[in-house]
Amino acid sequence: MGTEEMVVHGAEWTVKQLFVYPNEFIYWSVQIVMYPYMTGLVAGAFVLSSLYHVFDQKDLKDMARFSLVFSLALLPTAMMPLMFHLQQPLRGFNVLFTPHFTSAIAAFGIVFSTYAMIVVSEIWFVYRQFFVEQINELRAKNDGLSRLKFYLYQLFSLGAHDLSDEAVNKDKRAVRLLAAIGIPVACFLHGYAGFIFGSVKANALWMSPLMPVIFIMSAVVSGIALCMLTYIAIMEWKKFSTVLARGRGDESVQLIRSVEMEVVKKASRYLIGFLVAAISLELLDLIFRGYTAMKSWDILRTVMYEEDFVKIFILQYLCGNLLPFVLLLLPRLTIRRTAFALALILFGVFMMRWNVVIGGQAFSLSFAGFMHYHIPVIPHSLETYKEGVLGALTVAGTPFVLFWLINKIVPSIRYN
Amino acid sequence: MSQTRRDLLKKVIIGSIGATVSLDLFRFLSPAQLQAAIGDQAVRWVFLVDTTKCVGCGLCVKACKKENEVPYDVPVTRTWVERYVVTKDGRSHIDTPNGGRDGFVDKKIQGEEIRDQDINKAFFVPKLCNQCENPACVQVCPVGATYQTKDGVTLVDRKWCIGCGYCIMACPYGVRFFHPIHKVAEKCTFCYHRISKGLKPACVQACPFGARQLGNLKNPDDPVAQIIKTQRVGVLKDEYGTKPQVFYIGLDTNVR
Amino acid sequence: MKNHVLRPLWVAIGAVALVLIVRHLMVPADFGVHGKNFTYGFHRQGSIADWQDVGVKYKGKEICKECHEDKCTDNASAKHSRLECENCHGPAMNHPEDPAKLVIDRSRDLCLRCHASLPYPNNPRGRIPGIDPVTHNPGQECSACHNPHKPNLEAM
Repeated sequence: MGTEEMVVHGAEWTVKQLFVYPNEFIYWSVQIVMYPYMTGLVAGAFVLSSLYHVFDQKDLKDMARFSLVFSLALLPTAMMPLMFHLQQPLRGFNVLFTPHFTSAIAAFGIVFSTYAMIVVSEIWFVYRQFFVEQINELRAKNDGLSRLKFYLYQLFSLGAHDLSDEAVNKDKRAVRLLAAIGIPVACFLHGYAGFIFGSVKANALWMSPLMPVIFIMSAVVSGIALCMLTYIAIMEWKKFSTVLARGRGDESVQLIRSVEMEVVKKASRYLIGFLVAAISLELLDLIFRGYTAMKSWDILRTVMYEEDFVKIFILQYLCGNLLPFVLLLLPRLTIRRTAFALALILFGVFMMRWNVVIGGQAFSLSFAGFMHYHIPVIPHSLETYKEGVLGALTVAGTPFVLFWLINKIVPSIRYN
Repeated sequence: MSQTRRDLLKKVIIGSIGATVSLDLFRFLSPAQLQAAIGDQAVRWVFLVDTTKCVGCGLCVKACKKENEVPYDVPVTRTWVERYVVTKDGRSHIDTPNGGRDGFVDKKIQGEEIRDQDINKAFFVPKLCNQCENPACVQVCPVGATYQTKDGVTLVDRKWCIGCGYCIMACPYGVRFFHPIHKVAEKCTFCYHRISKGLKPACVQACPFGARQLGNLKNPDDPVAQIIKTQRVGVLKDEYGTKPQVFYIGLDTNVR
Repeated sequence: MKNHVLRPLWVAIGAVALVLIVRHLMVPADFGVHGKNFTYGFHRQGSIADWQDVGVKYKGKEICKECHEDKCTDNASAKHSRLECENCHGPAMNHPEDPAKLVIDRSRDLCLRCHASLPYPNNPRGRIPGIDPVTHNPGQECSACHNPHKPNLEAM
């Protein structure tokens, strides 16, 4: 057995400083940062969609359909960081078979499955009419692709072909119900992720009852921001292709631009609200820790104010929170300024996850030493790929690929 | 309120308080309850570390690695020894080179020279899994791969562990790690395979100075149990509520 | 066709049923709550026997006497009698069948574990005769001058 197979997980990317216990390494690396980030996007996208379906925010109709389908694309992606991280990924399903409910991670199986079923069901009700219309259209066609699509839509329709007013109304009511139930489930999906960290009494940085709430707030922020950003990107492309087809001065270009602006303005307001909530809770946590100055405060202070100062105060708080907040509130909001603010917010939420997960492992349990995380960039083994930059990028890119595929079956963007 | 109604109310209140109090007494005195609290086990393993005897030879760490097939040349270990040197300026210099696997030979700590005359006190602290009564690591396992046996030892089911690492993050003492070959969670088991056969753990047998001892808290004649009950002993990090069962003689406030 | 609203629910129930069936096949029969409670005792019962069945490697001094009587007698009266033979020679395992010979480690590192002098006050290390490894015959094996079984300074 060569040393190839004998890898001390974490040793490769951990540099220890001063006194650290022998078995301490950065075990929860970038994939554990990606996981709450991805589930946060899922929860946020769903909440945005529900704002239309449940609270009748009519201006959000276009974005609602899109964010619902996008949240479906994000779902399998949320599983990926876990599969990349587990030392025994094939045994991952044990969490469904023998869930030990005293563990927050055990909730994953139930919550994730419930949420997946709600999202898929809601999409079914939203698109059932479309499925049946497609079936009728494709019935006559004979080419290979059409036949395939025909059978696919037959399967997806689950045999429910009634398009009477009564049936369609039932669909609408079901969507409303599912969207309403889905909101607390989406909150739970991400709240439990916060609980995973907040309940670890051994970790001085993580242990806090505020953690689940902080995670939910920032999750909704990231979800709304991502949906808005993707919406803007698609609308800009639509505008661009219309300009190519019909010329810059054409009426339809103006129409697209004004509709886009209305939707974006509306969504921004919700975004700002959740942003304020998220940052308030984080500052509260910090102030509390400094004030009560428990045994861990010395090392935490050194980590937060010295080692991680730039990551926390410059990148996360300043660039990721304050700057976009100001940008969104300044008068005469433009699409470009909004897009920039949204990108900063997405970056800020990622840094929040990073500062919690990696920050919590930046100091030793001894409170007398530090650990520095050197994320693998160029992989030379399966492990350094999975737990390195490329692994994180794979996870980040997958929802877009999946969305493109899913969009071919349940189109959520009108390209007309 | 009429007199009779007030009387009735008084009687009811006093009566119910009286009933609950006496029922409580019964609860405490019920042999079944008491037995259930203690359990029908005749054994509860505990460990005693005497830091006044440890010389930092590291023979315990070497024996543990070889007995439990933890790869020798990698930096993870089921047990380790820490060195503390407290100098006159009040600073603690602490190190654990390879967990003390090769002993402590170098006077330098963390690359720093320490003058002999500056040393106020110095001692060695062996550490291992505390086999807690309320193990936080078991509570957080999502699949039931780690558990507590009836005689108090926490074990890991190598065939069921998914390698999520939650137990490693939850342990306040840093005793857990991923086994480099089996790729599941790993930690000290008090040499369960040895103690179940009446042998001593490898580290206890290896220690030439008697700094490590295993005992049974349920046996009143057990020498370790007697020391724990009659002498002054300490435990590590009891603020986490885990109720660790490794007791230390000579535990210093500088110990992390 | 009447009420199509419940169709996704049937699909969901079907999926759950599938998981339960697979679970029934995959989870060992002895998996359950054994011991204190669900929090601390939820596991596969057979795992305990797995751990109890692990082979013992270190056998202890007593068995060495059968064949190595001379070394053991030497050792019994010496300062090194507090040591286990296996401290230096490694685990006996199934010696003499397997391994046929145990390690004889003559490196200085082995002896320096205890005998590298460390200037620690109030520490039992100070009661062990020690040397400075840098100045005391550097590079030479300790056993060249000292008998490891009966290290008698006077007899040198």
